[in-house]
Amino acid sequence: MAKPKVAFYWCASCGGCEEAVVDLAEDILTVVAAVDIVFWPVALDFKRKDVEAMKDGSIAVSFINGAVRTGEQEEMVKLLTKKSGLVVAFGSCSHLGGIPGLASFWDRDAIFERAYKGVPSVRNPEGIYPQQKTVIGGVELELPEFHDTVRTLDQVVDVDYYLPGCAPPPDLIMSAITAILEGKLPVKGSVLAPDKALCDTCPRKDSKPDKLSIRAIRRPHEIIADPNKCFLEEGIICLGPATRTGCGERCINANMPCRGCFGPPKGSLDQGAKMISALGSMLGVEDEDKATEEEVESLVNQVDDPAGLFYMFSLPASLLRRKRMG
Amino acid sequence: MAKRITIDPITRLEGHGKIEIFLDDKGDVSKAYFQVPELRGFEKFSEGRMAEEMARITPKICGVCPTAHHMASGKALDDLFKVAPPPAARKIRELINSAFMAEDHTLHFFFLGGPDFIVGPQAPAADRNILGVIRKVGLDAAKQVIDIRKKLRNVITKQGGRVIHPVCNLPGGVSRGVTKEDRQEYIQTGKDAVEFAGFALKAFEDVVLKNKEYVDVIVGDIYKHETYYMGLVDENNKVNFYDGDIRVVDPEGREFVKFKAQDYLDHIEEHVEPWSYIKFPYLKAVGWKGFVDGKGSGVYRVAPLARLNASDGMATPLAQAECEKMYDVLGGKPVHNTLAYHWARLIELLYAAERFLELAQDEEILDPNVRTIPTAVPDEGIGVVEAPRGTLYHHYKTNGKGIITEVNLLVATLNNSAAICMSIERAAKALIKGGNVSDGLLNMVEMAFRAYDPCLACATHSLPGQMPLEVNIRDPEGDVVETLRRG
Amino acid sequence: MKEPTIVGFLCNWCSYEGADRAGDAHLECPANIRTVRVMCSGRVEPEFVLQAFREGASGVLILGCHPGDCHYKKGNYKARRRISLLRKTLGQFGIEPERVKLDWVAAGEGERFARVANEMAGTIRKLGPLDLS
Repeated sequence: MAKPKVAFYWCASCGGCEEAVVDLAEDILTVVAAVDIVFWPVALDFKRKDVEAMKDGSIAVSFINGAVRTGEQEEMVKLLTKKSGLVVAFGSCSHLGGIPGLASFWDRDAIFERAYKGVPSVRNPEGIYPQQKTVIGGVELELPEFHDTVRTLDQVVDVDYYLPGCAPPPDLIMSAITAILEGKLPVKGSVLAPDKALCDTCPRKDSKPDKLSIRAIRRPHEIIADPNKCFLEEGIICLGPATRTGCGERCINANMPCRGCFGPPKGSLDQGAKMISALGSMLGVEDEDKATEEEVESLVNQVDDPAGLFYMFSLPASLLRRKRMG
Repeated sequence: MAKRITIDPITRLEGHGKIEIFLDDKGDVSKAYFQVPELRGFEKFSEGRMAEEMARITPKICGVCPTAHHMASGKALDDLFKVAPPPAARKIRELINSAFMAEDHTLHFFFLGGPDFIVGPQAPAADRNILGVIRKVGLDAAKQVIDIRKKLRNVITKQGGRVIHPVCNLPGGVSRGVTKEDRQEYIQTGKDAVEFAGFALKAFEDVVLKNKEYVDVIVGDIYKHETYYMGLVDENNKVNFYDGDIRVVDPEGREFVKFKAQDYLDHIEEHVEPWSYIKFPYLKAVGWKGFVDGKGSGVYRVAPLARLNASDGMATPLAQAECEKMYDVLGGKPVHNTLAYHWARLIELLYAAERFLELAQDEEILDPNVRTIPTAVPDEGIGVVEAPRGTLYHHYKTNGKGIITEVNLLVATLNNSAAICMSIERAAKALIKGGNVSDGLLNMVEMAFRAYDPCLACATHSLPGQMPLEVNIRDPEGDVVETLRRG
Repeated sequence: MKEPTIVGFLCNWCSYEGADRAGDAHLECPANIRTVRVMCSGRVEPEFVLQAFREGASGVLILGCHPGDCHYKKGNYKARRRISLLRKTLGQFGIEPERVKLDWVAAGEGERFARVANEMAGTIRKLGPLDLS
């Protein structure tokens, strides 16, 4: 029986998801033996023409990483989806928008202005910007269109499954690939990781007091975090309560707080909103009945950059999607 | 009849890249353009973020060299908050960085650039990949490669939390010290790495240097540019990946300038072209004269060969010996032959391994004091390290609360962008004559690009191993008259 | 001209009653407030507010029991902190924080309800419709 065909593609990506596949190390050989990789721009024949020539649905699974932010990426993911049976959003960027999603607090003009005119090292007296079409010496060169807004994969094509993480850990990748090869997949639209929040599996959870109350917010460099205590208890904001588990708490184990790369737990529509809710509950719980309006405001104002922190990986996937430009 | 050749995509670049080659009426190459069709906007969307989060955000620029960004960011944050990490923290950071340099250089040599030499630039396409490498150097060797990378990456995972996008750096230190047990493991890993590096250099000697055909390609004219060279050096002008001053030598090897990270803006400027999203750094004092080399042009190069050229040698004994040997063979400093990057990369691999072992054996690395709490009001910070692919600059400005107001980044490969364009054009011009485009062209042009190990080097999965290239030759109406395909 | 829509989350024990009283007394209240009854102001998730904006609302008014009078004792305290943090976050999204308001209306305060509701309608009228396209 023919081996199932598999494709990998990358949009606005850092390549970390590609590295994650490489980090499967010896395990990758099992995978490679079981599938036929027909398309992987980084390593194999990337020809749009070849993909176009394939029969619709003939690729069993396409793993797509990276957020969608150029015209070329949009075209490619649409093409791949047409030719694939299943589409898996691989990694935070395709799942939620990821770090590149932070660009949706700005627009194309703001980004170009900074990169090509604003930074102190650039010397660009004519104010040249990269163009979609440049005519130079009688020939025409093209660049893909740069969108104002960063999009998740499912905002462009129909996605079957999500493999979360920045990058997804090797064990999650192997489970997902095995599940696909064995045809043992959950309901369409599922995130291929446990449904619970990170707090549930956190090695520090037993140290949490019954009532968690944050008296003062501390930024991670302002104190030395006790490696056995819940970060929130010490006033360091950790996105654990609003983040799906499955990562193995790699950051926590390095004594650094969670920044939410797995996205919201099941049932939540908006990771940032979830975190606002959770943090709001914990701030100044002691004496909450005695706090004046000013004291409440003052406590809340200790939270710096809530939007950037709570939506660090998930801005494009959020309910508001992007900043409203004036 | 002018023609246009499009090579799309080129691989081994973060995101995508393409090459456009234009032929004149005689069928010779008049111009070639290397275009980077991608931008994400880190220099803008970092604004408004808490400064310490930059160490979590900037590694996402690149999933292959996240550690480099994490280090540059850590140093920029130290500078920003005017705080010095305790000695153990500094050593831990350099330990992690050395492990990273070693494993990344290994990845590139054996899986990416190396096959061109280990197997041969004219070898059949099907052999120019890791399988061909295995055939040439043996299966055991390949296992060693996978194994040493795993061990080195394990160090980064243990200390940095995760190897893809480590998290341990904070302003003033690292979040985690080294335990006694881990340190024993690291010492063994260091010894294994030094031995492996020696093996890699031996393999290079046996397979490449003893083969006249390969040596001719390396020292030939096709892959050569006489540029300035930049790299980080310690107080003895030896190569250092983590700290030091930035030194630039001119095409004749004389020191042109040496400056502190904080003064980088006095020395480097960036040029913009409308046909690429990437910018082109050059030496301010010399000026932008276009995509040309020579003393009169501000184009400079970074990364392994450049670092060796810009320094007075290596700080560790075995690497120093290998470095001297390279310059002996290639005719003294500076070496301008682009393909020598591969050799320089292996010498750096050995240095990284030796340095890693030195640090692991240093008693101070066990000191549990790894954090200094900042007390000063932050305003501006600059941090520079050497990434595998070149000098990496992080520059942050904040308000008094440590919220980012401005960011400037000069990212490793970026420093080489002009040189990459020049190398591609030069190779194309030398190889395509009279309108003849052959399969050999494809690989030889790629070799010009690949030597720099541009930012994303993930073609490790070249198991069936071919480089996907399609060359379309169009007539003036734009219709394809011939298609050459490889892979 | 059509007035921009305001979604009102009213808590079952206090403000919903207060709204009823306003109605009984035939007090002039804005017609563009769509009320949703929740058991407690503490039930109002920030997600509800964002979803309301997403679906076309230009303002969200949340009314709970006065501090100290919450039927569930502490729900409104949590609401206070959540909504305050949400407003700060909305500012970073380019959405005027005034578009979300949390206030207190007791069961018997028909007049207070009318006043608060009318004030909100006035604020939103001045800010104009929220265009998220």
